[in-house]
Amino acid sequence: MSSRDRILGRIRRATADGRPGPGLEPVAPGLDAGPGLGFDSGFDSGFDPGVPRDYLRVHAERTPAETADLLAANLAEYRAKVHRVVGEDGLAALLGRLLAARGARSVLVPAGLPAHWLSAAAPVRVPDRAASTPCELDAVDSVVTGCALAIAETGTIVLDGGPGQGRRRITLLPDHHICVVRVPGQVVDSVPQAMPLLDPVRPLTWISGPSATSDIELDRVEGVHGPRTLEVVLLGAQ
Amino acid sequence: MRVALFVTCVNDALHPRTGIAVVRLLERLGVGVDFPAAQSCCGQPQYNTGYRREAEPLVRRTAEAFAGYEYVVTPSGSCAAMIRGHYLRIGHAAEAEGRGGALAGLAEDLVPRVYELTEFLVDVLGVTDVGAYFPHTVTYHPSCHGLRALGLGERPARLLAAVRGLELRELPGAEECCGFGGTFAVKNPDVSAAMGADKIAAAAATGAEVLCGADNSCLLHLDGILRREGAPLRALHLAEILASTEAEPLR
Amino acid sequence: MTAIHLGMPAFPAFPAFPAFPAAAGKAVADPVLRANLRRATHTIRDKRARAVAELADWAELRAAGKAVKDHTLRHLDRYLLELEASVTAAGGTVHWAADAEEANRIVTELVLATGEREVVKVKSMATQEIGLNEALEAAGIAAYETDLAELIVQLGHDRPSHILVPAIHLGRAEIREVFAEEMGGWGRPAPEGLGDDPRELAEAARLHLREKFLRAKVAVSGANFMVAETGTMVVFESEGNGRMCLTLPETLISVVGIEKVIPTFRDLEIFLQTLPRSSTAERMNPYTTMWTGLGPSKGAEGDGPTAFHLVLLDNGRTDTLADEVGRQALRCIRCSACLNVCPVYERAGGHAYGSVYPGPIGAILSPQLRGTGSEIDASLPYASTLCGACYEVCPVAIDIPEVLVHLRERVAQGGPVTREGIRVRIRPAHGHAAERAAMRAARLLLNHDDWPVALRAGERLLARARRLRPRRLPGPGRAWTDSRELPELPAQPFRDWWAARDREGRA
Repeated sequence: MSSRDRILGRIRRATADGRPGPGLEPVAPGLDAGPGLGFDSGFDSGFDPGVPRDYLRVHAERTPAETADLLAANLAEYRAKVHRVVGEDGLAALLGRLLAARGARSVLVPAGLPAHWLSAAAPVRVPDRAASTPCELDAVDSVVTGCALAIAETGTIVLDGGPGQGRRRITLLPDHHICVVRVPGQVVDSVPQAMPLLDPVRPLTWISGPSATSDIELDRVEGVHGPRTLEVVLLGAQ
Repeated sequence: MRVALFVTCVNDALHPRTGIAVVRLLERLGVGVDFPAAQSCCGQPQYNTGYRREAEPLVRRTAEAFAGYEYVVTPSGSCAAMIRGHYLRIGHAAEAEGRGGALAGLAEDLVPRVYELTEFLVDVLGVTDVGAYFPHTVTYHPSCHGLRALGLGERPARLLAAVRGLELRELPGAEECCGFGGTFAVKNPDVSAAMGADKIAAAAATGAEVLCGADNSCLLHLDGILRREGAPLRALHLAEILASTEAEPLR
Repeated sequence: MTAIHLGMPAFPAFPAFPAFPAAAGKAVADPVLRANLRRATHTIRDKRARAVAELADWAELRAAGKAVKDHTLRHLDRYLLELEASVTAAGGTVHWAADAEEANRIVTELVLATGEREVVKVKSMATQEIGLNEALEAAGIAAYETDLAELIVQLGHDRPSHILVPAIHLGRAEIREVFAEEMGGWGRPAPEGLGDDPRELAEAARLHLREKFLRAKVAVSGANFMVAETGTMVVFESEGNGRMCLTLPETLISVVGIEKVIPTFRDLEIFLQTLPRSSTAERMNPYTTMWTGLGPSKGAEGDGPTAFHLVLLDNGRTDTLADEVGRQALRCIRCSACLNVCPVYERAGGHAYGSVYPGPIGAILSPQLRGTGSEIDASLPYASTLCGACYEVCPVAIDIPEVLVHLRERVAQGGPVTREGIRVRIRPAHGHAAERAAMRAARLLLNHDDWPVALRAGERLLARARRLRPRRLPGPGRAWTDSRELPELPAQPFRDWWAARDREGRA
């Protein structure tokens, strides 16, 4: 007997009591048909296991401006540097200044990043290529990306490898990451609002502030392996 | 109104003053008190140590002793929690193991009638000022079962705050366990003693004269440490403070 | 590279561990450890309370998390098969391991097949549980822990003492010592003149591990969640070491307990809110990585590994699932909130629990996964005052005190359990005969119609004995009187006062 069959058999015997028991509460009617029934008849993707979802979709009613303010505040609390700019021209100037202030000599550029964003940037542009080795990427000073969306209540930006975001490693190896978020278009209030907008087939990276650790005396210290400096630019429409 | 007093075996044997205080307090508030003599122990020590079957006869005895009373009042958070939290489970387990449903029936009948003392005073009688007088500084340790299993919340503090002459000092880390834990105190004596010592230190730091609680099992443990250390603090059950009046002050 | 020496024995092989009370007693007597633990647990405890208080719907999130886990466990076979199909469709390979030995064999063979002799590891409870590092070492494969705390523990030839923060028992000065002395033997040495500021220590770890990340071809991870519907794997982390391991190497092997599966991608919205607040007390942890097999391009874009293996681990989980009360322990999402609030953990420390799962959750998990046969496992259910703080903070509402009492019953009285899929009846653990007799005697006495007579007789007897004023009792009573006075005996029981008053009243 394969271990697969052995484990599945043990599970079916273990859950065959048919009683909810203190550990397993009864769920939606019709689901407790018993072990071995239904598992091989295909999975109904519209199936809701009767989980009480009366938790909040969002924790407060906010105007778009208030949502952006909350995002900025929560990002800042976890030591991300937050900048606001209106319009693409202002963005190019700001990115140029931020890279210069950092002293960056090279900047990683993911495919699909709007070309004029870096039109005022001095550092050498390093395109994100599949052939680049980790060592080569490690030698680059900064990276500029967009994002899939940002979540205000948790101060989180989510990258999904889409245009202007590149491979996951390019926002990991350089010590300086600048992420541009379009406000209000890419900002949601809450985690439950973010989920339906994300495609799990794509690799997803949720980033909330720079790399950090709480491993020494359970006190938070920013900056371990990931970029130690995270700058988030909130780009408003003109 | 008449209530049955479930004094608990620990109070019956070791802390009769607590039982006497409850009787005086309730009678002063116009409540008639009965003491069904068939009562003994709720079975908590057996149950919590892993001897559920040994607790069954005590569940039956307790349920039968208090049959017919509309209110059963006990000055012990942990015994109230034992009945409310575990009696039905013990009854259902007995039934599942083929010993019939009688025990579950008895438990079901008893559970909703059992009140911890402060619950009875605040929720049933609707009083927080019981006319007590106790001119001392007091800090209150809300034992775990009262705090978390029963959710007594602010009831004890509200009762204490209304006592004339009493100054209530907040206990830092009040929600932390004192380390008694029934047989834990003897099975894990080192950790138990360390927890008790920390609780005592927190209480002593308040500068209060009295460490008050609503569960004499915890106070037994804390008082034992206090007296061993010769600390200038005495452990006292809430009922004794509430029973104290200007006419009849607690000595 | 020098020889790899790891102090961490495999999970099932802890026979040398003393029972909890003795190990805890040693920890209590160590003032440095007490101070480290107290500072760390109190810091995180207060932060967690604030993070949780921010969410008005915490109770609803907790109930939803519990319901998702319960539902999944009840239909675990279905969801594992669905997961297997999803992961396979996304380009991954799924392996099934009934026990630690099989899981170790699978991983070892997968690593050897790549031709590599070193792997980088993301912190994973499951691989610690099965003793994977030791198994790899035996096969000539070096396994490098990359989580800061795991690195500290590995470099220090130490054992983890906390689920989230394995080096919680060490203070910054001790960590500095470990780095300064041991890093050089494993790779890049610690910088000259290393201080004990956490920032400096984190920087030393960054430099030490970077060279390993950049050259690694194989990584081993666990996962916090696996989504059946999509085949998505989820790892929550803070430092970026997880992202390094999950995205840079060519081969990724994830060893995950079967209870980590959840039905839908949407279900993550619950745990993305409850796990970070419960564990590191943050609104959100710095990094969460979600990947589905080899991704939309099947690994062709150079974004992440080109081979992904998922090893589904049983190792006692199905036996735990067979227990109607104990199975709720499988809801655990390893946040460690229960450790941080536990007053016993705070004094005893994690090592006393003799398992990679310490604290309240460990006290109910280890004796179920491993059985109650060893001295340490039989003592774990008693390593609690049943104060209930663990249940109060648990984000999936595991009633840990209830399971503790249930396991005490198993230890004290024996009964039916499932071991390796087979229902057996175990005998009571050794050393409980006297206690059992005492409990029975007490019950007979308390349930006897002459109980009041016995009570009076007993008090008279004790009163006479007390005239001898013993401060310390011999035998079992010693445990009480070592640190406490015996209670003062009253003149008479309450019921005698009552009877006398009753007589007066009637007179």
